[in-house]
Amino acid sequence: MAAALAGGSIALELTHPLRYVLRLADTALIHAQRLAEWCGHGPVLEEDIALTNMALDLLGQARALLTHAAHLHNGVQGGGLDEDQLAYLRNEADFFNLTLVEQPLRKSSAHAPGGDFADTVLRNFLLATWFKAVWMGLSSSTDVELRGIAAKAVKEARYHQQHAGDWVVRLGDGTPESARRLQAALARAWPYTAEMFAGDAVDEAASSTGLGPARASLRGAWLSEVQEVFAPALLPVPADTPFLSTGTQGRHSEHMGFILAELQSLQRQFPGGRW
Amino acid sequence: MTMPSTSTQAEWPLWEVFVRPKAGLDHKHCGSLHAADAALAVQLARDVYTRRQEGVSVWVVRSSDITASDPGDKAMYFDPMADKVYRHPTFYELPAALDHM
Amino acid sequence: MYTQAMDLAPKDERAALRSVEDAQLETRFEARIAQGDFIEAKDWMPEHYRKTLVRQISQHAHSEIVGMLPEGNWLTRAPTLKRKTIALAKVQDEAGHGLYLYAAAETLGTSRDQMFEALHSGRAKYSSIFNYPTLSWADMGVIGWLVDGAAIMNQVPLTRCSYAPYARAMVRICREESFHQRQGFESLLVMMKDGTAAQQAMVQESVNRWWWPSLMMFGPPDADSPNTAQSMRWGIKRLSNDELRQKFVDACVDQAGVLGVSLPDPELKWNEARGQHDFGAIDWAEFWRVVGGHGPCNTERLAARVAAWDDGAWVREAATVHAQKQALLEQAA
Repeated sequence: MAAALAGGSIALELTHPLRYVLRLADTALIHAQRLAEWCGHGPVLEEDIALTNMALDLLGQARALLTHAAHLHNGVQGGGLDEDQLAYLRNEADFFNLTLVEQPLRKSSAHAPGGDFADTVLRNFLLATWFKAVWMGLSSSTDVELRGIAAKAVKEARYHQQHAGDWVVRLGDGTPESARRLQAALARAWPYTAEMFAGDAVDEAASSTGLGPARASLRGAWLSEVQEVFAPALLPVPADTPFLSTGTQGRHSEHMGFILAELQSLQRQFPGGRW
Repeated sequence: MTMPSTSTQAEWPLWEVFVRPKAGLDHKHCGSLHAADAALAVQLARDVYTRRQEGVSVWVVRSSDITASDPGDKAMYFDPMADKVYRHPTFYELPAALDHM
Repeated sequence: MYTQAMDLAPKDERAALRSVEDAQLETRFEARIAQGDFIEAKDWMPEHYRKTLVRQISQHAHSEIVGMLPEGNWLTRAPTLKRKTIALAKVQDEAGHGLYLYAAAETLGTSRDQMFEALHSGRAKYSSIFNYPTLSWADMGVIGWLVDGAAIMNQVPLTRCSYAPYARAMVRICREESFHQRQGFESLLVMMKDGTAAQQAMVQESVNRWWWPSLMMFGPPDADSPNTAQSMRWGIKRLSNDELRQKFVDACVDQAGVLGVSLPDPELKWNEARGQHDFGAIDWAEFWRVVGGHGPCNTERLAARVAAWDDGAWVREAATVHAQKQALLEQAA
């Protein structure tokens, strides 16, 4: 059973396969959450609609993966966890998204300056390229449910990659101002991409059992596709640094607390509520 | 409050959007949108006009590239069609035995 | 309620002198409308008709995109992933509706940038209802029930507006709109029937705040709406403000009964003789205050739209410059 904690939080029995699935689910969820901040505030009405479509795609992927994670947990532990309990009642240390998706995308807060549209299209492009590699790797997963989710999601990732990649080129080879902003966005985002290809026991177990690809195996394809867009966007591939973010280990940036406070607030305020 | 900075010379051009609902049918005009270039126009047309699975194919054309008949010439262009009744199959009376033709 | 634009427009000055030819064209035009003909973009039309429709359609469009803001507040706080999905899709639809309407208005010779300039400078109006704050999640359901409900009552007749591009945009909008009201009502029904006492209290509190502003959406009383006769002839209005408001009240009383909420009007009661509900007096001072720019959120709503536009200028410019560079490369090739 998922343990019940103070404030209605749940705690999970975290196996390697569960962590593997939650990394993908939480990355999609938190990125969708950030993209939703643009709704009504986009630079162009048409692009507002396009960004919301992307958020909806990612939210759909998150829901499918969280539902599957809940089944996995229920199968081993018993109990009736569902997608909403996982999204709304886990504490921060039990979220396993890439730290990249926590970084500000639009809104400033009292605690951090906001991002801008350059941060948005660059992150969309880097993430979509990564997700596409993940989904393609999952097409041969021993987990039938993951195979099904991946088959649908890879089409969405392809479209996101094309749309965002085109924008990266437009901004990179646009005006001096757009180029400057994109370069600043790249400097902010690049250090967080190392985590996309880090490895640990969870990756090793997934790879050896055929559950899914280890993150490190995705780097080659990812980098070459990124370079294909960076070239016409007049962007250099930055040098690697020792920085390694740790969201996939449950240790997040300072932004995560604020994101979860907003995301989870209503379920915490109305325990036992029906929606 | 900063003054709004609209400059119409930088306005993105207008495109007309045509969507083919499913294989076998014609593309149908369904509206317009603004986009900076053709690639963006096609993507945005997909995002704006096919969210409810309304289409399998999308065409976009710059509005300025469309030539339209002049409504003032409507009489000249289209009225003569009204009395060329012999183009319509119902003009010809055939024996009842050939009713299905 | 989107014909608030008509009701609040200053009386237009008609050109005093018209040529004989113009007068004949106008007579023929009115005859076409009277027999139910559709007017297309390039057809001859009186200048007054063109200007009225540009104002009506563009302010309808402004209402849609400003309307994204009060609901947009709750996207990141939606209480379940299903509700988050539904809310995102709904607010996205509103962007789409604004877009279809701006496109329809552009066929009359204005541009999207010009319409935004009118909105951002405060010259153009949008529906008064969006100047109220969304203070609880229940507001999302109540907006779907009451505000979209009122919108639908206006929108269906507009599908037969004499100006065809507007009518066609409205057909598209109506197809998408029914989901908006249903999802809001259903959300309230779940909270009232299956929810906790705290949720039920949240719903009732929300209804108490939104009821009277919803009635005001239909505009001033008929006696104070001078443009009605002409807008009816042109198919922009089919029923008067008061007639629509009455229809709305009668429908909502039944719906409130299904939900199990009370409507905050002690004078609301069934009148057997009229076959309709009597209801209390609307505070028109509040309406004029909000329409005049002094409602709870007018400043914030406009500031948000101006900021989105201004902050996005560099993006739009970059795309334009990039397209120009590509065009030059293609020419040289």
